[in-house]
Amino acid sequence: MRNKVWADAESALDGVVKDGMVIMAGGFGLCGIPENIIRALLKAGVKDLTFISNNCGVDDFGLGLLLANGQVKKMISSYVGENKLFERLYLDGKLELELNPQGTLAERIRAGGAGIGGFYTKTGVGTVVAEGKPTREFDGETYVLETGLVADLAIVKAWKGDKEGNLIYRKTARNFNPMMATAGKVTVAEVEELVDVGGLDPDQIHTPGLFVDRIILGHDYEKRIEKVTTRPKGAATAEAR
Amino acid sequence: MAWTREQMAERAARQIEDGFYVNLGIGIPTLVANAVPEGMTVSFQSENGMLGIGPFPYEGEEDPDLINAGKQTITEIDSTSYFSSADAFGMIRGGHMDLSILGSMQVSETGDIANWTVPGKMVKGMGGAMDLVAGAKRVIVIMEHTEKSGAPKLLSKCTLPLTGTKVVDMVITDLGVFAFEKRGGPLKLVELAPGVTLEDITAKTEAKFDVAL
Repeated sequence: MRNKVWADAESALDGVVKDGMVIMAGGFGLCGIPENIIRALLKAGVKDLTFISNNCGVDDFGLGLLLANGQVKKMISSYVGENKLFERLYLDGKLELELNPQGTLAERIRAGGAGIGGFYTKTGVGTVVAEGKPTREFDGETYVLETGLVADLAIVKAWKGDKEGNLIYRKTARNFNPMMATAGKVTVAEVEELVDVGGLDPDQIHTPGLFVDRIILGHDYEKRIEKVTTRPKGAATAEAR
Repeated sequence: MAWTREQMAERAARQIEDGFYVNLGIGIPTLVANAVPEGMTVSFQSENGMLGIGPFPYEGEEDPDLINAGKQTITEIDSTSYFSSADAFGMIRGGHMDLSILGSMQVSETGDIANWTVPGKMVKGMGGAMDLVAGAKRVIVIMEHTEKSGAPKLLSKCTLPLTGTKVVDMVITDLGVFAFEKRGGPLKLVELAPGVTLEDITAKTEAKFDVAL
């Protein structure tokens, strides 16, 4: 009998985490990050971790917690500018960093999960990103070869899930989570609402349960907002971006 | 008199056509959303997975699951759709975005752009900038004409690490508007801000340009 449901994040990581492993962590900034599993990684204390994640949290939240606890060896990211501790560790040579263009990072993860070894993209041609990588002409334009990415463990956050591991994300908290769910040798998902099979509309599922090995019901979500930006009541409906 | 940030944004908004799908970078480009002429249907994309961006929320109505690529809280509108980062960059890389408007530190006379890092300073990362300049149908840069030191930012060749090569279509500065006839050049001065003379702008520009006022 298949059972994917675990009692909590700590037990869901049992036998899965070890020093030196490569972990994909979903989220964009602090939006859609697996808060419970990050806390459990902190408790597990595993070290020399490589994280594939768009960002590295902030000083005291998200992956920044693991950074502060000395558990991170390397980051593969597109933007790490919100974290002062990151800057200090990097400048002291205590942290490795591989920067990828955000779209290239997303596609590398998608490719890795879909069994695609590499792909050609125009992004980064003529920049440091393309240095040392093969290029090829298509229709008179130069493209650079990027490789797919997989990880020992993918940790993702969804809004709702069922006991089969089917996942539905909410609004912009989706971001990198769906691709990462496909690219982990083991994928552990946490959700805000866990229902029995049959409790989700099959037509609305974003990540089919096949990709999810373990699922937990998360709790105590802080969902910190990096930049609270509001308009006063009665203000004109100025566009936000 | 040079253009203000708002006036530069208004000038950029005049390049937007009815029906356009547009990605705006952080900084001055953000102001372009407020300057779109009435009556136009324009959709703004945020590369973290949203098309159709609404206004900032009212106080107390912020949703932590709903942010733009600048990590600010926003709202949705009737036409909004959500998708993954891979789909967001498929839109961008696949040439489905009509326009990308971004800030920059340097632009060259061949349309190279450098806007993501300064050597010796902390590396923050390029985020989505390299994908946007490589993939959008049109790329417009809004930037101050010179650095605070007075050093030109429109150069014969960028000295900072590049974000993309031969990708810029138009540069709007506080002093005027430059357009590339086609990708890669040649560069043309097409408009001066009120009170700015050709001599002024020439003295503050290192890039070679034709005058087509």
